[in-house]
Amino acid sequence: MSRVRIQGARILDPATGRDELGTVDLVDDRIEAVGRESAGVPDQVIEAGGLWLMPGFVDLHAHLREPGQEYKEDIETGTRAAAAGGYTTVCCMANTDPVNDTPAVTEYIQRRARDSAVTRVRVIAAATQGLRGEIMSEMASLAHAGAVAFSDDGAVIMNAAVMRRVLEYARGIGRPVIAHCEDLHLRGSGVVHEGAHATCCGLPGSPAEAETAMVARDLELARLTGAHLHVAHVSAARSVELIREAKAAGVRVTAEVTPHHLSLTDEAVRGFDTNFKMAPPLRSARDREALREGLADGTLDCVATDHAPHALYEKDVEFTAAPFGVVGFETALPVALELVREERLTPLELADRLATRPARVLGIPGGTLEPGGPADLVLVDPERVWKVDGARLTSRSKNSAFLGRELRGRALRTWVGGRIAFALGEEGAP
Amino acid sequence: MRHLLGIEEMSRADIERVLETSEAMLEISQREIKRVPTLRGRTVINVFLEASTRTRVSFEIAAKRLSADAINVTRSGSSLSKAETLADMARNLAAMSADVLVVRDSTAGVPHMLAERVRVPVVNAGDGCHEHPTQALLDAFTLRQSLGSLENRVIAIVGDISHSRVARSDIHCFTKLGAEVRVAGPPTMMPAGIEALGVKPCFSLEQALAGADVIVMLRIQQERLDGALFPSIREYARTFGLTQRTLALAKPDAIVLHPGPINRGVEIASDVADAEPSRILDQVTNGVAVRMAVLYLLTGGAN
Amino acid sequence: MSPADPQHASATAASTAEATGGRVVLDAQGIQRATTRIAHEILERNPGAEDLCLVAIVRGGQPVAELVGKQLAELAGRAVPAGALDITLYRDDVVARGVRPMPRPTRMPFSVEGKRVVLVDDVMFTGRTVRAAMDAVLDFGRPAAIQVAVLVDRGHRELPIKVDFVGKNIPTSRVERVVLRARPDGELEVAVV
Repeated sequence: MSRVRIQGARILDPATGRDELGTVDLVDDRIEAVGRESAGVPDQVIEAGGLWLMPGFVDLHAHLREPGQEYKEDIETGTRAAAAGGYTTVCCMANTDPVNDTPAVTEYIQRRARDSAVTRVRVIAAATQGLRGEIMSEMASLAHAGAVAFSDDGAVIMNAAVMRRVLEYARGIGRPVIAHCEDLHLRGSGVVHEGAHATCCGLPGSPAEAETAMVARDLELARLTGAHLHVAHVSAARSVELIREAKAAGVRVTAEVTPHHLSLTDEAVRGFDTNFKMAPPLRSARDREALREGLADGTLDCVATDHAPHALYEKDVEFTAAPFGVVGFETALPVALELVREERLTPLELADRLATRPARVLGIPGGTLEPGGPADLVLVDPERVWKVDGARLTSRSKNSAFLGRELRGRALRTWVGGRIAFALGEEGAP
Repeated sequence: MRHLLGIEEMSRADIERVLETSEAMLEISQREIKRVPTLRGRTVINVFLEASTRTRVSFEIAAKRLSADAINVTRSGSSLSKAETLADMARNLAAMSADVLVVRDSTAGVPHMLAERVRVPVVNAGDGCHEHPTQALLDAFTLRQSLGSLENRVIAIVGDISHSRVARSDIHCFTKLGAEVRVAGPPTMMPAGIEALGVKPCFSLEQALAGADVIVMLRIQQERLDGALFPSIREYARTFGLTQRTLALAKPDAIVLHPGPINRGVEIASDVADAEPSRILDQVTNGVAVRMAVLYLLTGGAN
Repeated sequence: MSPADPQHASATAASTAEATGGRVVLDAQGIQRATTRIAHEILERNPGAEDLCLVAIVRGGQPVAELVGKQLAELAGRAVPAGALDITLYRDDVVARGVRPMPRPTRMPFSVEGKRVVLVDDVMFTGRTVRAAMDAVLDFGRPAAIQVAVLVDRGHRELPIKVDFVGKNIPTSRVERVVLRARPDGELEVAVV
């Protein structure tokens, strides 16, 4: 039995509303006591000196690339990067090679995770076979094998009838459907947000309506089916409005927003840096403002990274030819902390959006500091300033939208099931 | 000026410096021996990753009139391919010991991306739908030959504004030189947020041409249209083609420009293209002078 | 924008020290006398001004060529063809070092083929300008002869170039500058700055 005591920490537990200085005791893989010392002599005492102790973050949207694209990332490097960002649970998307549309692949990923992951890994399986948007996958079998949700992610299910059946079927097995809402016809060849910046750059634009039209469709289908729809990486102001209205009307919808959409705008593409190319694209300052507001008022339930690693040589090409996506695990916390510094979110609300609510969206354990629960937590220095350096990112891929930027706030230590999954080294090196 | 990547990055003084230098260069092209020794021993590499004969030849002549060695790299004639990273491309080009890289690519931003990765000056010879700065400079030069100054002149740019790099560069150049610029075309060819560039969008030729001093007709490039942006060539010619009848809407002595090559009977009627107000051939002549000026100014280092 | 106008572009000094300061070594009368003498000498060497043409080196040579040309026309009884040559693009420091001065348009409204070309400049110094000008003239054809006329020869030649017609020899130190400039009243003068 191993007993670890973290004392003098600012404990932030949204589940109980606790925000106070105190002690947390861990025994083996469980949280033993919160706010007070438990009986028993600790084997190790950590002086937190007022730093924040939060439930480990839960990422509902990541691409770990294994199996099939291990040159970009694998489950080990991906979860190490996640732990370095304070994450203790990562949900991985189905667009692996082969696609995760069979229980065999789901089981393979979970086995690889048991062998090599430093965080918990939860599997999101494909909603349709081969992500083709035609025939639904064996969702019940996949759920039985461990899939926590279903999504075709960027391979959008364009056929509304198929989407309806997917939602209906998923409802029956009690799993949410995660929708990347983007009308691929309306997007066309668009690679950036349609607007003055796209026009100035001569890059093909994709209007916000490519997203909002699809959000509207899927909300209607969620209403029709009664299924739980989770809207992935909301990027447009109008989408936030639609989701807010649907929630008020009792539709079972939840939604996420990425750190890059909260922080950046389409102006970033002016230098043709492909690390600002992602789907959905960075949008206008007005959209960004609506996303911040949506996260603050809870319309958007959580922050999800959409961690999408790509090799340097894949991104070092013409803007239109480069793949969509950026890595996000290691920069999510400091970027989200901007909202705390702007007093849009309290520290407790931040912990809620990063940990508690995403766990609740999927109905999985974690995301809280309750005694008896898993010892998944993160010690955060909200003031620590560090510079994002590709060479020092833990992720195998370096395609960060924040390269070269000075960020404020960092995970110092991450526990997953009581084990240290990440500890920040002496000079900021993991 | 370290590179010439776009007119957007240039100040009015930068533009005027190029135009003034072009005056001297134009005279060289009128000599019997059309060559000065200025860039003796320098190498200009024309990296044309998108097919273009006219612009490439213009740059090649410009380099040679300054006594530089001009070497052409085209996609089919080189190992450069879409599968290559920009870093590799830059390394390859640097290994050829170029003093200037003239870059044409079908994708917006490629000259910018290369400029960040090489030490030599880069000239954008047209990148996707982004910019074509030497075309705008030669357009401005051609207009100043006739008009003296562009200050308060009304210039209408007509055609597929969305997909036109010439339109973008012309807009930046003409507005910086004090002109009032209108853009016209079917709404399907009008890019979002074009007003942010300081121009007035018009959806009819009549509205755009009324009282115009200058008409820039853009080439309708069917190969670049990825969707059905207009129903038919015939309908386009009827609604936005420049004919003697529509030309009469502009000022009586209005000047007509076209970046070429022209689609006779589509965006411009044959009799307009060949008639007095057209300066299309002057544009070609002036293009060499302007490109000589650009090569001359950029090879001087960071002065 | 108009092409550089030789009438107005000439004799404009770069700094205020060059515009007003220094020691005047040749005033307007002196310049008049010098250019008259140069005109006489040119005619002596080129009787009847047969096939003669004056080519001013832009920009300092232009006012000098104007004065010499006027005298020649009076003395010979006919106008001598005149051109203006900008040698910026031929300068060895431009070719080698890459400095980028603004080139001015050249105006050569006649062929130099078989002509006797007199290059006119304000000040003869290292000889590099004349070297560049000779290259430039040869790009316009093959003249029968090239001669050089300058208002002031200040010495310090760096190339084997000789002056055929000189208004005045002025010994200078290497660091001094010799400028032909227009005074506020419009009169020309040469000063050592």
